Amino acid sequence: MNFEEHAAKPLLRAAGIATPAGEVAADPDAAAQIAARIGPCVVKAQVPTGKRGKAGGIALAATADEAAAAAGRILGMAIGSYTVGKVLVEAQVPIAREFYAAVLNDPATKDALVLFSPEGGMDIEEIAASHPDRLMRLPVDVRRGFDPAAARAALAALGDLPMDGLVDVLGRLFDAYMAHDAELLEINPLVETADGTLMALDCKFTLDDSAIKRQADLAAQGTPDRLTGLEGKAQELGLKFIELDGDVGILANGAGLTMTSMDAITHYGGRPGNFLEIGGEAYSLSRQALELVLSNPRIKSLLVNFCGAFARTDVMTAGIVEAWEAVKPTVPVFFTIHGTGEDEAVQMVRERLGLEPFDIMDDAVKAAVEAAR
Amino acid sequence: MIIRGTETLLVQGITGKQGSFWAEKMRDYGTRVIGGVNPKKAGTKHLDLPVWATAVDAAKETRIDASVLFIPPLGVKAAALDAIAAGVRKLVILTEHIPVRDVMYLLSAAREAGTTVAGPNTAGLVTPGECFVGFMPAFNDRVFRPGAVGVVSRSGSLGTLVCLNIVQAGMGISAFVGIGGDPIIGTTTRAALMALDADPNTQAVALVGEIGGGMEEDAAEYAANMTKPVAAFIAGAASPPGRRMGHAGAIVMGDRGTHAGKKAALEAAGVAVVPTPSFIPRVLGERLGGAAA
Repeated sequence: MNFEEHAAKPLLRAAGIATPAGEVAADPDAAAQIAARIGPCVVKAQVPTGKRGKAGGIALAATADEAAAAAGRILGMAIGSYTVGKVLVEAQVPIAREFYAAVLNDPATKDALVLFSPEGGMDIEEIAASHPDRLMRLPVDVRRGFDPAAARAALAALGDLPMDGLVDVLGRLFDAYMAHDAELLEINPLVETADGTLMALDCKFTLDDSAIKRQADLAAQGTPDRLTGLEGKAQELGLKFIELDGDVGILANGAGLTMTSMDAITHYGGRPGNFLEIGGEAYSLSRQALELVLSNPRIKSLLVNFCGAFARTDVMTAGIVEAWEAVKPTVPVFFTIHGTGEDEAVQMVRERLGLEPFDIMDDAVKAAVEAAR
Repeated sequence: MIIRGTETLLVQGITGKQGSFWAEKMRDYGTRVIGGVNPKKAGTKHLDLPVWATAVDAAKETRIDASVLFIPPLGVKAAALDAIAAGVRKLVILTEHIPVRDVMYLLSAAREAGTTVAGPNTAGLVTPGECFVGFMPAFNDRVFRPGAVGVVSRSGSLGTLVCLNIVQAGMGISAFVGIGGDPIIGTTTRAALMALDADPNTQAVALVGEIGGGMEEDAAEYAANMTKPVAAFIAGAASPPGRRMGHAGAIVMGDRGTHAGKKAALEAAGVAVVPTPSFIPRVLGERLGGAAA
């Protein structure tokens, strides 16, 4: 789950990392009032996505009137898939140098990875591409915690830096990352001000979705993905559904098998109509899943591909067969069912729908592709 | 990680619905299930097997080679640390949606203790004709028969399909190694490939991967020096970039973890990359040249 800047910065402040004075405004008048209190300011669109500056969502304002004008321009703006509903009005800071700092989960080392670069202001992909030698990558074993001496040694390779302050900030950033189940906690830019203070001008925080349950208070401050149409409907049911532009509908269990169904349809000359996973804990929701797939008017044929390990194919198939009998869809359907509960499932399809499941997945896919032509 | 029929298995969470169901299936198949763990039911019997309060308690009374967790996400860290403290050498974690912080912590502890971890979010391990651990349909002889092909798979459902295809082609499975669909897991594709390479019963390997991450590229480096033939299917060629496809691991960011990148790396290492899983037995059959598979 992503967090907007104003919702992420309190985590830094709580960890003892300085941020500029600022408040959130939802209309130009409120922005003007904040600016009148804090003086020359920056007005920043609050959306949980990057590239706000490039999209025109960040503006400097010297006076309250300028802040109101900037807020008027930015509020309602579309950035990525988001419409700006609020701005953060923050005091301007005299910047001496800009740095980059982050802590994230690293699949390669299976540890936390602390990143730092003196080349701030760019995003991390740019830094990694253009200044790989100017990027510190410090793996930290989460069982042992942040080691200031190791950080100091790693930073020493990057030249003249405010060493004590940076080691302190990176340690605090790591602690905040640990305490809040962050997938990513990033400060970009981390600035050294004219008077030598280190301050976080921006903050990006992604909460590990698997930790939402134990971080309930924090998660309430985050921005859930807002899906629209069928994808939104699926989300409400607890199903992962992605609408694609093809005409062969897919009902499969497990992410791997569902992607494979899409690949096979494409390989045999067809176009998949959706990704829909009903494995894992969702395997008993096959009726809802069927109705969802068929509510897409482009679908001309349906592939049902079940391969049960944990998920029981007899339970999933019973759901489909019942739904089929109730909804009576007109699109042709092609079954291929294997694994746990296979015999009962195949029998059910034969007896109640009068159809013969395919023994080879590829044959079912070919038939579904052919039927959609 | 390959599990052997001689190894003893502890089932943590044995008294739950899934734990009971699969403990019985495993035992019926031949796995040496020696008991389970549930702190609230310590000292009782379940499925005619002893129940201990902790894995550490169990280890005082019996030898435990492996343990499998049927434990909800927020309880996994403590259960895994208990198993590691009990000296378990092989730990299978089936649970999905464990906070990543907990996964990193327990993997670090396992590393230090020398415990090998499969998962999280794996469907388990199968050694056909010997034993299985987890929730794979090992007992379905249309899917699993003893043979010479080792299978490594991130996905349980797709791994099941691949094993089915191999058996449908008249071949058999030496070992199925489910490694799990999460981005951070104990046994990587490369580590599983190494285990199958070292396994005397395995003559050829089916590598089942998916888009996202860098594990297949990493495995390709190792495959380049293998003499056993390897065929790979990488799911996700037709998946739109930038969308998370169910498995947290299956997300493509920019040009990292793409199907094209993985295919190129594997082919450069001499691995045959096939368009659908049913091509795997065909390719491996050809490469084995009709040798006993």
